[in-house]
Amino acid sequence: MNFTLKIWRQRDAHSKGEFKEYKVTDISSDTSFLEMLDILNNDLVHKGEEPVAFDHDCREGICGMCSLHIDGHAHGPSQAVTTCQIYMRQFKDGATITVEPWRSAAFPVIRDLVVNRGAYDEILQAGGFVSVRTNSVPDGNAIPIPQADAEESMDAAACVGCGACAATCKNGSAMLFVAARVSSLAKLPQGRVEGARRAKSMVAKMDELGFGNCTNTGACQAECPKGISIAHIARLNREFLAAKLED
Amino acid sequence: MAFKLDSKIPAGELAQKWSNHKAAIKVVSPANKRKLDIIVVGTGLGGASAAASLGELGYNVKIFCIQDSPRRAHSIAAQGGINAAKNYQNDNDSVYRLFYDTIKGGDYRAREANVYRLAEVSNLIIDQCVAQGVPFAREYGGLLANRSFGGAQVSRTFYARGQTGQQLLLGAYAALNKEIHNGSVKSYTRHEMLDIVIEDGEARGIIARNLVTGDIERHGAHAVVIATGGYGNVFFLSTNAMASNGSAAFQCYRKGAGFANPCFTQIHPTCIPVHGTQQSKLTLMSESLRNDGRIWVPKKMEDVEALRKGTKMPSDIAEEDRDYYLERRYPAFGNLVPRDVASRAAKERCDAGYGVNETGLAVFLDFKTAIERLGKEVIEKRYGNLFDMYKEITDVNPYEQPMQIFPAVHYTMGGIWVDYNLMTTIPGLYAIGEANFSDHGANRLGASALMQGLADGYFVLPYTIGDYLAKKIQAPKVSTATPAFDEAEKAVKAKIEKLLSINGSRSVDDIHRQLGLIMWDNVGMARTKESLEKAIVEIAALRKEFWKDVKVVGTADSFNVELEKALRLADFLELGELMARDALNREESCGGHFRSEHQTEEGEALRHDDKFAYAAVWEYKGEDVEPELTKEDLVYEFTHRAQRNYKD
Repeated sequence: MNFTLKIWRQRDAHSKGEFKEYKVTDISSDTSFLEMLDILNNDLVHKGEEPVAFDHDCREGICGMCSLHIDGHAHGPSQAVTTCQIYMRQFKDGATITVEPWRSAAFPVIRDLVVNRGAYDEILQAGGFVSVRTNSVPDGNAIPIPQADAEESMDAAACVGCGACAATCKNGSAMLFVAARVSSLAKLPQGRVEGARRAKSMVAKMDELGFGNCTNTGACQAECPKGISIAHIARLNREFLAAKLED
Repeated sequence: MAFKLDSKIPAGELAQKWSNHKAAIKVVSPANKRKLDIIVVGTGLGGASAAASLGELGYNVKIFCIQDSPRRAHSIAAQGGINAAKNYQNDNDSVYRLFYDTIKGGDYRAREANVYRLAEVSNLIIDQCVAQGVPFAREYGGLLANRSFGGAQVSRTFYARGQTGQQLLLGAYAALNKEIHNGSVKSYTRHEMLDIVIEDGEARGIIARNLVTGDIERHGAHAVVIATGGYGNVFFLSTNAMASNGSAAFQCYRKGAGFANPCFTQIHPTCIPVHGTQQSKLTLMSESLRNDGRIWVPKKMEDVEALRKGTKMPSDIAEEDRDYYLERRYPAFGNLVPRDVASRAAKERCDAGYGVNETGLAVFLDFKTAIERLGKEVIEKRYGNLFDMYKEITDVNPYEQPMQIFPAVHYTMGGIWVDYNLMTTIPGLYAIGEANFSDHGANRLGASALMQGLADGYFVLPYTIGDYLAKKIQAPKVSTATPAFDEAEKAVKAKIEKLLSINGSRSVDDIHRQLGLIMWDNVGMARTKESLEKAIVEIAALRKEFWKDVKVVGTADSFNVELEKALRLADFLELGELMARDALNREESCGGHFRSEHQTEEGEALRHDDKFAYAAVWEYKGEDVEPELTKEDLVYEFTHRAQRNYKD
């Protein structure tokens, strides 16, 4: 298969970026999208040009490192997969494919397709944890947890922190990301104790870091590679309101 | 000068060793902990849990990771589960049984005392993770669920769907975030350790490169902890993440830390087979699939040929024409034999010509029987995400046709030598998790890597490091304006300059692929004297070529992925040779290390306990100089070393 690639190139955070066009040829349909970029990069290195920088690591869809905007969609045209799980058989032979970094004020570009997602770490550092010390805990079976609650907690905990939700949202809101963590812990008795404090501090940090507000467009859910439901945002809102009412 | 190895294994009964040791080692007072600095390199299960626990204790901790967030570490990709000796299933599990299975699984090449401690603290790990809000799978009654893994006849594996590593890492990462929030831990992301700094024979800090700006930084500390995982990417194609590397461990070795059993590599039996020549990595299919999946190849060669031609589908082959070779050879454990045994059995069938795809390098993992017995819904609930992943990659629906699998490099049991305190041969330098060599012997059991990472980080290192730091309470802040730091920084800068100036004709990836092929063909699932001698020569030649002809584009003072990869490959080219040397020295077969010259009549690994019941600890002697071997004798006081038997 042959493709024309329009790829965003930007030297660093302070430089102006632009699209550049590249051709790749003789690509097997079983090649993954990132392997196709590897092939392009290997060609560029042989020509003495600097390769395209992009984030990736596990290539199994779990580390959350890969982050490409492909033909206008976060993680490309398929539903519920990360960029590393896209294969070239999903594109038409001869197609022109546009590849951009996440576009979000809170995720500045570092180079080419690589962005800084440190803001997500900061939000979790503000309260996305249970305050237990190592070794000061009861037996694992001391508190039975209904299977349905554990499953719902796990649904939310599947979030890989890739940033697709904020990058997709027209308001640049990180609500789905925050809601996934708040909701996952809220469904478990261990997380309930600090529920109010957690919701307030994480939302406050999100606002402080310049993420926008949620207007319920649902775009985040549609582009989320892990299919995290916006129902979790409703739970975050309930947690947040309850916390505010207690004040 | 050979090492004087002191494993510091405490005296006394096996079950009392850890308690006695904890009672005997020193502790540091809260007021003194505030004055002591610790560097933790790597933020996977080991590094994150250690850094969080050390921060809670009151030490000043700095953590370093190469990714953009601590949560990306490769621990996140572990699928199946984590072992613990809870005996929640009432199937007669115990600390002793977990210890015994692990020692036996490792083919009697691990230390009894370390493995017993691992089994002992395993139960605490589950309690800790539950308290952190890890959403483990639960039964209808609300209690924790378990499943079975290879090498065990009890159900002791705790899991969170097929994402156990992710959930445990998010737990440890959350504990880390709590400490970052509290100010006791400072996080350096997109930073790579490029050297360890030694002064007066003790670890004093690291040289790190800021991967965004290219700045070379100095960081001093009273102790340094290496938690950077394994070196399986020597093989280029492995199940490791693309950036996983052995460089931090190798720098420690270069500066004088002993490197133990480098040849002990785990080849995981259930990975998606290689396709084409442009593939970048291999994908693991969780061992948990062997709970319900049955492994087979056709009995008749005509069926093999029909499969390859596409004139028959696997489902067309009648039950009586299928060779469920693991069930045939190992009736007691069946499809749940340890990984090394399952991998070799697959290789044996494929070598005999029964491989089921066009390359002849694949066997079937079939769920037909399980779907008939339990229904598609149950299978979907248990393994849905793994089945989806398989379909995405291969375009084949595993609910209708069996999966094709083949062994691939997955884990390295070898690593930096550590004593019972997890300290290396360099005082003040520690190694935990996959980065050390200590607990898995010659083969790791499934669901035990997560257990070891968290055991070391939460429950072992936070105590044992105090014994060393208690001697440092009068020591001032470590200055980085010293000749040792000057020299280390100068050497790192010179290496980077050299790599950028070669401007040869071969890309880093080209050379890395070639190294991978040499390793797989000669230092892979079966090794011989000839293949290992050949590998040593070929790797040395390739290393020369690398330093003469590699092409690294870009600059030192910018975000430069090619430079990162080149620095890591330079170390893989050394590590690969060290692995081959170690494999050549070990003239026996044990666990994942299979020397074709040493096998039983039935083709099982044949150990030579009289000659090789030791950990091989290698000491760096300089570039292109043969390393020196020191042996740590493995004394078995409490278990009888037997030929491993998974048949009855």
